[in-house]
Amino acid sequence: MDGVSFDIPAGSFTVLLGPSGCGKSTLLRTVNRLVTPGSGTVTVGGRDVASIEPTALRRATGYVIQAVGLFAHMTVAQNIAVVPELLHWDRERIARRTDDLLELVGLDPLRYRSRFPRELSGGEQQRVGVARAIAAEPQVLLMDEPFGAVDAIARRSLQDEMLRIVRTLQTTVLFVTHDVEEALRLADRIAVMRDGKLLQYATPEEMLGAPANAYIAQLFAVNADLRRYDTLRNALGQET
Amino acid sequence: MSYLFSHWRLIGVLTLQHLGLVSAALAIALAIALPLGIFAARVPRASALLLGLLGALYAIPSLALLAVLVRYFGLGAAPVIAVLATYAQFILVRNIAAALRAVPRAQLDAARGIGMSSRQQFWRVELPLASPIMIGGLRLATVALIAIAALGGYVGAGGLGNEIFFGLQRRYLEQTLAGSIPAALLAIAADAAFRALERVATRRTAG
Repeated sequence: MDGVSFDIPAGSFTVLLGPSGCGKSTLLRTVNRLVTPGSGTVTVGGRDVASIEPTALRRATGYVIQAVGLFAHMTVAQNIAVVPELLHWDRERIARRTDDLLELVGLDPLRYRSRFPRELSGGEQQRVGVARAIAAEPQVLLMDEPFGAVDAIARRSLQDEMLRIVRTLQTTVLFVTHDVEEALRLADRIAVMRDGKLLQYATPEEMLGAPANAYIAQLFAVNADLRRYDTLRNALGQET
Repeated sequence: MSYLFSHWRLIGVLTLQHLGLVSAALAIALAIALPLGIFAARVPRASALLLGLLGALYAIPSLALLAVLVRYFGLGAAPVIAVLATYAQFILVRNIAAALRAVPRAQLDAARGIGMSSRQQFWRVELPLASPIMIGGLRLATVALIAIAALGGYVGAGGLGNEIFFGLQRRYLEQTLAGSIPAALLAIAADAAFRALERVATRRTAG
């Protein structure tokens, strides 16, 4: 990574967009110190993360990954309770919070609480993954291609619910994806990265209206073509 | 068979002694093999060397090793337990290392990213997820040690080896069988018990 510098307003939904290997995941992982930058600093709420003890920092930062990584030997409720337990919440509060979170991500607590991850669909697993990440009410939520492995239909509804959830919680979200469509659906602001460099950081409207360079223009143009093709195909499909 | 039936009380005591030798050796072996296995899993380069070394130990005939160890430990249970613990190393370390390496990366990444300390990552996530393969190693080691523990008969450590050893010396087949048949049954029972445990652990940790 080189010369990547930008400010993310608290409570906003920022998408890091770029091809695989462009450094977007690495950038994300510097925020909770899973990766230490060779030089430069990352500050959250005015504090340099390098000055915060890594486990404390991570417990206060939600983290969702594409592979979900639910603990296979723990039930759904136990998975969600991991961080609150690390923070020594009392049992009753944890139980209440677990049920609330399951409701929030659209899973019936009575039905899902005691299930094991292997008994859930991919979409359901990632819902639990999100619930686990936000269990201790983090200020910042890091999401690394969280919906990359779920099918298109489940992805849509997960995206919609994600937006609903983070707006209710007013969490600052940093969301990594290589999917332009997804970025446009979710982002307040998009940071386009390529080869470890930040190409443009702007709202979706600004970026579509005034792309900083040809690469970004093309990135969104191809996408626009696809969308037009999609609409056309749908229209034709309905006629025949 | 009449010998076995008329001496059942003695055979019972010897069986318990036999189990005692094996359990003591397994406990000591595990205490050594766990850190070694973790090391081998974390440092792949050193693991080849370590396993080579333990493999070489494993290849020494057990009777020869026992003869050497008697010089240091004297007669009785101690040299036998030392031989058993030594033999178990190769099986246990290899399995523990393999088990830890087989833990899915995503769950480790999540454990770290969520804010578990390295110790918490190990005890709460890595070890439980590695347990099925580890139990498999424990099963192999236990069965092997039950067989090798019969050497105890040569050095006064007790156990079913007594009957085998004295039976051979007196050319009294029934006595030999009275030692070897319970030993074989013990091995079969241990194998079954660990298999059951392995199944439970596998079911609990399947992704």
